[in-house]
Amino acid sequence: MGFGIAPISVETDRFHELGAIKEKNAMSYSGLRVIREALNGQRGWKPAWRNPEPKPNYDIIVIGGGGHGLATAHYLVTKYGEKSIAVVEKGWIGSGNAGRNTTIVRGDYTLPPNTRFYDHSVGLWEKMERELNFNVMHSQRGVLFLHHNDAERDDHYRKTNIMRMQGTDGEILGPEKLRKMYPSMNFDGRFPITGAYLHRRGGTARHDAVVWGYARSADRRGVDILQNCEVTGFRIEQGKVLGIETTHGFIGAKKVGVSVAGNTSRVMDMAGIRTPIESHVLQAFVSEGLKPIIPGQVNYGAGHFYISQSDKGGLVMGGDLDKYNSCAQRGNLPVFESVIEAAVTLFPMLSRARLLRAWGGLQDMTMDGHAVIDETPIKGLYLNGGWCYGGFKATPAAGECFAHLLSTEQPHELAKPYRLDRFRTGYLLDEKGQGPNPNRQ
Amino acid sequence: MIINHPLLGPRDRQEFTYLGDACLIDRPGWQAEDAMDQFFEYVYLRDDPAGEHRELWYHEHGDRSWLVVTRNTVTHEITNVELASDVARKQGRSK
Amino acid sequence: MTQSNRLNGGLINRGKPLNFNFDGRTYQGYEGDTLASALMANGVRFLGRSFKYHRPRGIFTAGSEEPNALVELRSGARQEPNTRATVAELYEGLVACSQNYKGSLRYDLLALNDLFSDILSAGFYYKTFMWPAAFWEKVYEPIIRSAAGLGRLSGEDDPDEYEKGFLHCDLLVIGGGPAGLMAALTAGRAGANVILADEDCRFGGRLNVEQEDVDGKPAVEWVEQAVAELTAMDNVRLMPRSTAMGAFDHGIYGVVERVQDHLHTPVEGKPRQTLWRVYSKRAILCAGATERPIVFPDNDRPGVMLAGSMRAYANRWAATPARMVAVFTNNDDGHRTAVDLMAKGVDVTAIVDARLDAPTLTGVRLISGAHVIGTKGRHGLSSIRVRQADGREETLACGALGVSGGWNPNVHLTCHQGGRPVWNESIAAFVPGQNIPVGMSVAGAAKGLFSTEDALRSGAEEALAALEILGIAASALKLPRAVNSAYNLQPLYHVPHGKGRAWLDLQNDVTVKDVKLAHQENYRSVEHLKRYTTLGMGTDQGKTANVNALAIMAELTGKSIPETGTTIFRPPYTPVTLGTIGGRTVGKHFHPTRETPTDKWAREHNAPFDIAGDWMRARWFPQPGETHWRQSADREACNVRKNVGICDVTTLGKIDVQGADAASFLNRVYANGFAKLAVGKVRYGIMLREDGACYDDGTAARLAEEHFVITTTTANAGAVLRNMEFARQCLWPDMDVQLISTTEAWAQYAIAGPKSRELLQRIVDSEFDISNEAFPFMACGSVTLCGGLRARLFRISFSGELAYELAVPTRYGDALWRRMLELGRGLGVAPYGLEALDIMRIEKGHPTGRELDGRATALMLGMGRMVSRKKDSIGSTLDQREGLTDPNGLRLVGLKPVNQSEVITAGSQLVNETAPVQIDSEQGHVTSACISPHLGHSIGMAYLKGGDQRMGEIIRVVDPVRGTDVKVQVISTHFFDPEGGRLRA
Repeated sequence: MGFGIAPISVETDRFHELGAIKEKNAMSYSGLRVIREALNGQRGWKPAWRNPEPKPNYDIIVIGGGGHGLATAHYLVTKYGEKSIAVVEKGWIGSGNAGRNTTIVRGDYTLPPNTRFYDHSVGLWEKMERELNFNVMHSQRGVLFLHHNDAERDDHYRKTNIMRMQGTDGEILGPEKLRKMYPSMNFDGRFPITGAYLHRRGGTARHDAVVWGYARSADRRGVDILQNCEVTGFRIEQGKVLGIETTHGFIGAKKVGVSVAGNTSRVMDMAGIRTPIESHVLQAFVSEGLKPIIPGQVNYGAGHFYISQSDKGGLVMGGDLDKYNSCAQRGNLPVFESVIEAAVTLFPMLSRARLLRAWGGLQDMTMDGHAVIDETPIKGLYLNGGWCYGGFKATPAAGECFAHLLSTEQPHELAKPYRLDRFRTGYLLDEKGQGPNPNRQ
Repeated sequence: MIINHPLLGPRDRQEFTYLGDACLIDRPGWQAEDAMDQFFEYVYLRDDPAGEHRELWYHEHGDRSWLVVTRNTVTHEITNVELASDVARKQGRSK
Repeated sequence: MTQSNRLNGGLINRGKPLNFNFDGRTYQGYEGDTLASALMANGVRFLGRSFKYHRPRGIFTAGSEEPNALVELRSGARQEPNTRATVAELYEGLVACSQNYKGSLRYDLLALNDLFSDILSAGFYYKTFMWPAAFWEKVYEPIIRSAAGLGRLSGEDDPDEYEKGFLHCDLLVIGGGPAGLMAALTAGRAGANVILADEDCRFGGRLNVEQEDVDGKPAVEWVEQAVAELTAMDNVRLMPRSTAMGAFDHGIYGVVERVQDHLHTPVEGKPRQTLWRVYSKRAILCAGATERPIVFPDNDRPGVMLAGSMRAYANRWAATPARMVAVFTNNDDGHRTAVDLMAKGVDVTAIVDARLDAPTLTGVRLISGAHVIGTKGRHGLSSIRVRQADGREETLACGALGVSGGWNPNVHLTCHQGGRPVWNESIAAFVPGQNIPVGMSVAGAAKGLFSTEDALRSGAEEALAALEILGIAASALKLPRAVNSAYNLQPLYHVPHGKGRAWLDLQNDVTVKDVKLAHQENYRSVEHLKRYTTLGMGTDQGKTANVNALAIMAELTGKSIPETGTTIFRPPYTPVTLGTIGGRTVGKHFHPTRETPTDKWAREHNAPFDIAGDWMRARWFPQPGETHWRQSADREACNVRKNVGICDVTTLGKIDVQGADAASFLNRVYANGFAKLAVGKVRYGIMLREDGACYDDGTAARLAEEHFVITTTTANAGAVLRNMEFARQCLWPDMDVQLISTTEAWAQYAIAGPKSRELLQRIVDSEFDISNEAFPFMACGSVTLCGGLRARLFRISFSGELAYELAVPTRYGDALWRRMLELGRGLGVAPYGLEALDIMRIEKGHPTGRELDGRATALMLGMGRMVSRKKDSIGSTLDQREGLTDPNGLRLVGLKPVNQSEVITAGSQLVNETAPVQIDSEQGHVTSACISPHLGHSIGMAYLKGGDQRMGEIIRVVDPVRGTDVKVQVISTHFFDPEGGRLRA
């Protein structure tokens, strides 16, 4: 059951579905509505978003119809009162990493700027369904990071301590508690498991639904989502952006925000800007659907491996980058094999399950493993990119911060550490301590 | 992927460790006026093309030679492999 | 025992009857049967339930594209869920169960879902389950998850073994049907190295299931002869039961061989399955084609199956799904099913042909221009409803319906590297596009050439073309005579009449209505359609559903099928067992284990081990009576400071550096100076990354003018060598310097404590003067031990005591260790492990990887002055950036508790004395801590903002997770013997 939301208006009306038959808006989603439409031959469902023709110009254009771009549009309307917005997407919305990731949502980071940002994001995730009136199936089933020696354990204490100081949850578990949670885990493999940290507020969400939920919300509030519209260049005069050249012609804009994770370098190159980003492929895998066996999300540091189970029963797994620049969105056997080797090492009972599908995403890897949300040297042109492994979980907070930046032309408080000039000044983040080696970040 | 080592012939990618863009060969001079700016660009900024890319690979599980590989980042096709020391010398690096 | 639906003939061996068990009942089949064909022969039609609505499901196909007949094969630890009965070879004693029901297969409680199908339509869960908010996690999701998934894992460890192998060939032929056999024969006879792989247990492809002649003999005989010829060729490797599951870069293919799955129990010592990495110069995809159905209302009953599969069962497996069948087709190929089944004595009530101008057949009723618009029979088909062009309808009784909507070339591997297939209007199917993997070509039905004659020719042609590219001389083979059967397809994807739901994806229960709903709600791109409805996301990846769904969406949007496009094809072609991809690199063999020279001795003495990367290092050496680790570690540390201890430090990286430019080279890679290091001296050095962070530290010893030996930390040994090689080859290629790793060549031991020199004097040969004057602090040199064993001696100290490190060739490591313990007995020698090592280095304030965290600069470590500004060295420019020299940045400090009974723990955070425990109060963190047995209280090393300016200040160490909050004083990290007098003794 959901709440009806009035279109366009920034205020929301909430209705209690049971009993109250009156609905503000025929487009709202709820259990009652599902039943009514079932009896009505599904005739009443409207398009989740329109297919509008591009207007000649907008106040703000967001390039990139993924989770971040659409979240940005949503917040531009709902939080910052912007009215004239387009989201321009070269393919179908969510066709980039939003449609390819391993669906993890968590706020467990060690460096305080990251702890603050990602915890804020988790808070927005927790409100997302109500805000969007779309079930993104956000499931806070707990995220576990295993450790194998005292040094790793101490790192985990450092992390959970800062998380607790931020006000979110984090605890360290010993092997006995872990055995109860995951009796089928192998504690005595090559790297014995000596404990883990648990982040209960962490979990997963249905990645496509996030895109669709933000798209629907933005669209019904007047944002034009222009699919199959590829940006081919920028029109820049005297250091100021005037608009974008696209496969559907020129579209003017006062401000343009680039949010094209994976393709950041190519798009920024159109504006003559070089970035501290390398494009890399991250592979991900899913098994055939199985009855429930993995309740939470588990990370195995020694094997650079992580696993969770989707609501359809498939085991979703991932590991390291392939570690060479790639825009191919596919990887090769060495990583394919090493991810599954880790899976079977950690959970030997998975040996007889079958892998159903392998795919690859196109990840912006930066020189310190963290994002860029900032203005660029070109007036009116803004960048949201470089999300490395942390893009999906950042979706709502990135959208909010980017909307803030686009609307007010000032960085959001939480986004100040993610400015582009940090590489020049040395105020880097770098949780992994791997330095300017994107393939190790 | 297979890298055709100029001395040892075709080798599986698993024998190698990747570094990144071969622009890393052109290390700036430490005494330049704008050394800080030059080093910043050298260490941090990348072309990152979708297409032909000249990049550095290290034959870690082989002869430990560094190679400059020309590879297309969209198709992964490799069109050229040279010893990095040859490339470095050609680019004027010495002592 | 009855096998009521068994026919005559077929490629089964009636001399070998096999007993098997399905859902608790025993049946009989024959060698050569699959589980599906044997069940079919026994009259079992209903073997599973669909995913969402739990509708009854029967056998749909005869191959790996099967969406329905999924069983739990085997029981116990070898249980394998979601196994396609259509490819499971029958063996004696096979046990299988149906899956995905609550209660029993026949009386599945979850079949109630079907009553609510209108509510449970595509995407319904996105529109609900949102209120109350807490119910999603606590109520809705658990219910959804328990109903999700199809089969069940046993939860036990897999007793079988798996292997990985590597194969190399000139030509990989994928698929052993007519095209593949001709390609392999052509290339094999030319002498090329050929691998021919087929997912089936026998080669032949469609030739095993069709009633046709090749070269004047039954196709099966021609196949046998071809296989015999190929078997006899040494240059040809035949791989049956092997699926090429992925086309990877540069001609590399992943091929999964099911070595022993057709046996009841694998023979021990041999793998159950093998993952082959095949390196091919050229490959030919001869993967054939997969049939698609026509979609009509109520088309999902058990008994409705693909027409080509129906005749495959009759011809190859001598089984029929029913004694009275019908055929529904839009092409000539469907007629062959009727002909073949009638030939085996099965009644064919009619061929319902959608084409008005369909050719008639003798002996069977043909209803042209007609559609099947409905069916009856819940647990198995009993009748079909047929509508003719003029609107007349009739009901025909039948137990099975073979449906042929056309054939889809199996283009999948051509698209694994990002290519897309192209639509071929003449056969109304996708064929390989232009952008296929380098080195691959396509032949036969996989290319859209469906007749046997065309497939044979195509295979031979592609092989000749490949051989020419390979530079191998070859002559064209005489092509065997074969049929060139007509196709004459008139596209019909779904039937426009009839009531009831028309099913597209039989496993995930996606209907035409769902596609219409997706269209209505604007999920119109093919990827949105797939993700919104879940069409094609089941274990069969929509092989028999995708094209029909595309056609329907194309119709709705008014676009053509090619304009609508396809989703991306990805590996694996069919699902692959995880154990196979893991091979032997699992469990204890997941990573290599690196053992030190004293490993054996340490295990003999029950030392617990720590993981240091891939190394195993002893943590402490318990003595009898010691029950807590600190008893052992404190004893060991005290013994070092009082007598002498020995510690295995072999794992630290060692790199030998030689050449005329060795010194100036080291001067460039270390931040501090090495150019003027005297021969016979050692110096501590720090290495920076080019961005200024200090990523490693160690020592460099100058053994001769042009010969250095440097050490690194254990963790970074590889990285240091890599970076040094980079500098040598790429930055300064004309420097005369060579490097080699010697980490594993030398066993290296620390010998530390006031009596360390005395111990050494008992092993170093007397001609070497190691007095304090002759061999002072930071000296090094070559010596011999125990009467001539060459060794290297370095006077360096990590513990802060008078200490040395002694290196001998690794093979003497164990013996030397034991000798030192023997000879040092009177001196109180004892081994010490990692914990004691750590205690002592913390007492001295020496940083390790805990402090060299990859972010810290020399300045943060308190070593800022070590970075020389008078020379070029890696990192010395960017380490001066404002962010890295910010006076309020982190600085390494020492901490001691104000109340000496309190304990500082590593991983704690720092806040100011009166600050609240909140993130905005964070001032740093504790990197290392111990309870010092020498000082009698806890000490810690920590990074503190502006710490170097805050000596003496009181701050707090807080640990909300462990619930502690300790007041500490900021002091120097040199807690013990700060002047270093003990070192120089």
